[in-house]
Amino acid sequence: MTAIQVQDLRKTFKVQKNREGLKGAFADLFKREFQEVTAVKDISFNIPEGEICGYIGENGAGKSTTIKMLTGILVPTSGSLTVGGYVPYLEREKFVRNIGVVFGQRSQLWWDIGVIESFQLLRKVYRVSEQDFKKRLDELVERLELQELLNRPVRKLSLGQRMRCELVAALLHNPSILFLDEPTIGLDIVVKSEIREFLKDMNRQHGTTILLTTHDLQDIEALCSRVIMLDDGRIIYDGGLEDLKQRWGTGREVIFQFGKATKLQQLEHWTEGMPVSWSAENDLGAKVWIPLDLNVSDVLGRVVGQADITDIKIIETNTDDIVRSIYKSGSAEKPDESADGKDEEEVIHV
Amino acid sequence: MSSLETKKSGRKLLLGAYIDFIRIRFLTMLAYRVNYYTGILIYSLNIGVNYFTWKAIYGEGGSAGAALGGFTLTQMTSYLAVSWMARAFYFNNLDREISTDIRDGSIAIQFIRPYNYVMVKMMQGLGEGMFRFMLFMIPGMTIAMLLFPVQLPTDPTAWTGFLVMLFFSFLINTQINVITGLSAFFVENNEGMMRMKRVIVDLFSGLIVPISLFPGWLSSILKLLPFQAITYLPGSVFTGQVKGVGIWNVLGIQIFWFLALLIPMVWLYHAARQRLFVQGG
Repeated sequence: MTAIQVQDLRKTFKVQKNREGLKGAFADLFKREFQEVTAVKDISFNIPEGEICGYIGENGAGKSTTIKMLTGILVPTSGSLTVGGYVPYLEREKFVRNIGVVFGQRSQLWWDIGVIESFQLLRKVYRVSEQDFKKRLDELVERLELQELLNRPVRKLSLGQRMRCELVAALLHNPSILFLDEPTIGLDIVVKSEIREFLKDMNRQHGTTILLTTHDLQDIEALCSRVIMLDDGRIIYDGGLEDLKQRWGTGREVIFQFGKATKLQQLEHWTEGMPVSWSAENDLGAKVWIPLDLNVSDVLGRVVGQADITDIKIIETNTDDIVRSIYKSGSAEKPDESADGKDEEEVIHV
Repeated sequence: MSSLETKKSGRKLLLGAYIDFIRIRFLTMLAYRVNYYTGILIYSLNIGVNYFTWKAIYGEGGSAGAALGGFTLTQMTSYLAVSWMARAFYFNNLDREISTDIRDGSIAIQFIRPYNYVMVKMMQGLGEGMFRFMLFMIPGMTIAMLLFPVQLPTDPTAWTGFLVMLFFSFLINTQINVITGLSAFFVENNEGMMRMKRVIVDLFSGLIVPISLFPGWLSSILKLLPFQAITYLPGSVFTGQVKGVGIWNVLGIQIFWFLALLIPMVWLYHAARQRLFVQGG
């Protein structure tokens, strides 16, 4: 079953143009000028039930706008979408009972009342029976360790505590689809990993479909089997995270520290005939770039026997670098194959 | 069968949630009740200033029972007192709350919940109204009676009529507030509209000057507008200007406006959904 189906989805906003200066402001009084801004440009994707999908892109790429259309908040300009069997904006009130939403930047709890009172109110809003509610709440409270927080007013919670409560609030009615818009923003590492663990468990135990946007790629690495990458309102990559790494991660880097001064020419001489490239900061340290199809151990073998090595570090291109370079180039197409290794390296590591 | 039952109990739960919104707002207001003690003082001062102004206008004739626009001085005083105290009940800041929700983008949170946003807002307004009724209007009225020659109606129909109409005052005023608040969807800054609305409601509802004292042409225009239904009509019932069958007529006017204002309110809400632009991405 497909949980989320999106076809040629588009959202255009009319934005008021403010003309410059006093004269412009005066002209604006009488005739406003509008500018059309297309935030999401004909995107299509399907997310099967039970998948955790990461939705990433730079600020202003259109992530939040998509999430807001998927959750029924915004009405799309054109295109079709079905989420959990509903067209979100048409049957909003029925539809939202099957989804949970967490906006990392906005609270959905009521500021002035106690946490448990907020939950009770949500129970009624979502029409959850007393038994189901109790069972579910106990489970969530225990899992997220909220026991002491329940009677506190929301305004007295720390961000980490609040975010855990937000998750409970979004899950009390046992939604089959969960939307998370930057759920780990501003949280410390401990809370972040707690939340990731919790989400993984949720997905495993209840088969909850999760779509999350984030700027923290560790969220993606920890949770998502699939990534959709957005740039300027268009999807530029849709597929597995591993594929992305393999397509973009063009090589590894090994950093050597030497006990005795070792010249760059010497190093190059040892690895002669290999498509590697060396660079050195001084005589006691050097870096070598090794393309993917070459074994690191082969290169190491040639160096280790000859030089006096005090330390070796192997660095794989990490996701951050990959994504950064994709954002920069604005396309997930792999750089030109014919270009030689050195150029590629520069594209990726700059 | 069972699905019908779950549907029914579901609806009951949602109703329970709406009632909770009244309760929670009431309790929140109670937590900040100290703010309201100053409110009572300000309203009493307003009544006092108006009372002495009118006393001066009536002059010598006041104590002799001369009438202005159908009001004797005693009736005018009672009208003033009850109008200000009624305002304590029907007044709320829903317009500001709604436009803040829209402008800071927290409206998004409202739309992911399976309830009607406008309905929730009205319930919160009612919770606020009930708080003000009990902790503001009743003690305030008592104080006003001690300070000024206010005459309470002796006829029980005037009392029931007034209380029913007071509730409709709340509904109509709240509808106007919701409409003003929702306009923030369409104009970037509706601050001016909110201020204008406030002045118009206070002036045209007859809070400051009873409608019958406006010049003929203006008062006949005002009688075609919904504002008089907020203060002037219930005030007239309370002071005995309108009696007997007349109460049904003025109640009918209120009900008419309540129904008529539903149309722009619902239309605006739906139009707003189409062009909703959530601020802050």
